[in-house]
Amino acid sequence: MTATATEPSRGVATQDDRVATRPLAARLLSRPEVGSLIAAIVIFLLFMAVAEPFRNVANVGTILYGASTIGIMAVPVALLMIGGEFDLSAGVAVTTSGLSASLLAWNFGLNVWVGILLALAVSVAIGAFNGWLLLKTGLPSFLVTLGTFFILQGVNLGVTRLLTGNVASADISDMDGFASAQNIFGSEVTLGPVTLKITVLYWVLLTVIAAYVLLRTRAGNWVFAVGGDAAAARAVGVPVRATKIGLFVAVGFCAWLSGMHLLFQFNTVQSGEGVGKEFIFIIAAVIGGCLLTGGYGSVVGASLGALIFGMTQLGINYAGWNPDWFRTFLGVMLLLATLVNMYVKRRADLR
Amino acid sequence: MSTATTERHDAAGHSTTPIVELENVGKSYGNVHALRGVSLNVRQGEVTCVLGDNGAGKSTLIKIMSGLHDHTDGTMKLDGVVRRFGSPREAQASGIATVYQDLALAPLMSVWRNFFLGNELRKGPLRTLDIARMKRICADELGKMGVFVPDLDGPVAGLSGGQRQCIAIARAIYFGARVIILDEPTAALGVKQSGVALRYIVKARDAGLGVIFITHNPHHAYLVGNHFVILKLGRVVLDAHRDDLTLEQLTTEMAGGQELGELSHELRGVDPGKVIDPGEVEHGQVEAPALSPEERKAVEREEEEELRA
Ligand SMILES: Nc1ncnc2c1ncn2[C@@H]1O[C@H](COP(=O)(O)OP(=O)(O)OP(=O)(O)O)[C@@H](O)[C@H]1O
Ligand SMILES: [Mg+2]
Repeated sequence: MTATATEPSRGVATQDDRVATRPLAARLLSRPEVGSLIAAIVIFLLFMAVAEPFRNVANVGTILYGASTIGIMAVPVALLMIGGEFDLSAGVAVTTSGLSASLLAWNFGLNVWVGILLALAVSVAIGAFNGWLLLKTGLPSFLVTLGTFFILQGVNLGVTRLLTGNVASADISDMDGFASAQNIFGSEVTLGPVTLKITVLYWVLLTVIAAYVLLRTRAGNWVFAVGGDAAAARAVGVPVRATKIGLFVAVGFCAWLSGMHLLFQFNTVQSGEGVGKEFIFIIAAVIGGCLLTGGYGSVVGASLGALIFGMTQLGINYAGWNPDWFRTFLGVMLLLATLVNMYVKRRADLR
Repeated sequence: MSTATTERHDAAGHSTTPIVELENVGKSYGNVHALRGVSLNVRQGEVTCVLGDNGAGKSTLIKIMSGLHDHTDGTMKLDGVVRRFGSPREAQASGIATVYQDLALAPLMSVWRNFFLGNELRKGPLRTLDIARMKRICADELGKMGVFVPDLDGPVAGLSGGQRQCIAIARAIYFGARVIILDEPTAALGVKQSGVALRYIVKARDAGLGVIFITHNPHHAYLVGNHFVILKLGRVVLDAHRDDLTLEQLTTEMAGGQELGELSHELRGVDPGKVIDPGEVEHGQVEAPALSPEERKAVEREEEEELRA
């Protein structure tokens, strides 16, 4: 045999016969949201079996409502995690937003809508501040947003007490613009036996938009890149600072949306609310397949994570179990989901 | 060929004007002066090879031109205009594409997403990513390099070092509009792919681009280079045109003058054909091929002189 006999045709890459094409199942299983999908189905079946009210169609609205209040925040938090950062202030930022709208409108006798817009400015500014401080100092976002978390927590309590002498904002339901704002942020629609809160609509809309942006736009490509390797992304021309600040601003925007629902659902906002929620959002994102190290994950997964929360929260109630165990259940879920994610990913990568 | 004109002409006969000019450029990392008083011209239609020891400052030099670092002294001119790139994005907008020594790929992103990162193709009123076109171009470009990547949708973390290097090279060649900078592009490549990479360098030059090629391989450098710049401890110690230099001279210069001759003399006694019985060693039992005290003094003296100069 001569050496030239083995020379492949020039200029054309020869097919590598060591790699078989991956079967469709393996490709589907290597998607980040697979773990959360399996978990959601298992939990759904579990509560269908043990909790009688869970089978009642009328309760679908309640379950989805619980999921939506978490999902509206879990989606931007997942985007941020894919972009390689955390936001521990996301929970209290929701409260800050609700309080801002309410206290500003009430204190200065403004139309409620003016308060709402001012709250939007406050929320976006908090997000931008988080991002700016992170990039300015080079500190990990865990520390920076832990700082903002405590600052906001204190400001929420302090300012509320200063202005109202109370731990909650005053009831603003008799002020100008309240009714129309409540229509936007706190209404519900009835579809046959199911009553859906408007937050469910926002949640689904956010998930669809975020999934589209993440997978089908340039900005989404940049989110993956800055989370995967920020230095490499910068070196090939990705605007890393703008991308990261944009992600924090998105969290701020969703905190505003959440905060407005909080306000118009209950007419007042408790100043101590929101502490601990940040972990719920992060857990939903992790269950949904987001890596803590960034650069990998899915917003659809995060929404499934939120759905798991919604189902569990009510499922435990409906099953008549002691709700004290809810958190324990969450912890177990978190561990299981991450293990499943890891296992599935490894199997799928090995084909 | 021997006529000494100030204006060089390339093979096709166009005059070679500098695109990027560095004048007395310096760069300090804190108290480390990585570059000192470096002047360099990158001409259109020429391959400029930057050579030098490890840590000589080659990567630092090209990172200034690619917008990754800002220089601390001197000036950089682009088309005769003094410029300072605030970010690699600005450099790219000026048509400068770079293959970095550490490649700059996002490990968990797919091959085609990495290829187009920062230069995404979009279509339609919604500016959606044109995924089909990007995949096709990516497959074509990699195919032309002779690399076969099993799955364009798979993460680059799953590829070999050389395959990743090919992606980085193909990307720079595809997007380089005026200047292409390659920092040790052939370091991890097989013989065949190295050949392809060198051919690309020549093609880019023939298309009228300015190419900067960093390598430790004098044969590769001499095969494609028009101009050779050797850095030592952050300074330019040689800046010569190909006409004024033979491969032997270049190799000797790269090895730092006499050092290679001494090395070959020293290694001649080592007998590479020898095979010895397998044995076991304790940690640290294999002695470092240390310099004799006189040799070490000579090296230290030389370095001191360099620093004083
Ligand atoms: N980010 C940095 N911070 C501090 N010092 C640095 C940094 N990058 C490089 N240096 C220093 O600058 C000098 C030149 O480094 P550079 O990477 O430019 O060398 P090089 O010529 O590319 O070497 P090699 O052939 O190994 O790639 C080295 O002494 C190095 O220690
Ligand atoms: Mg280098």
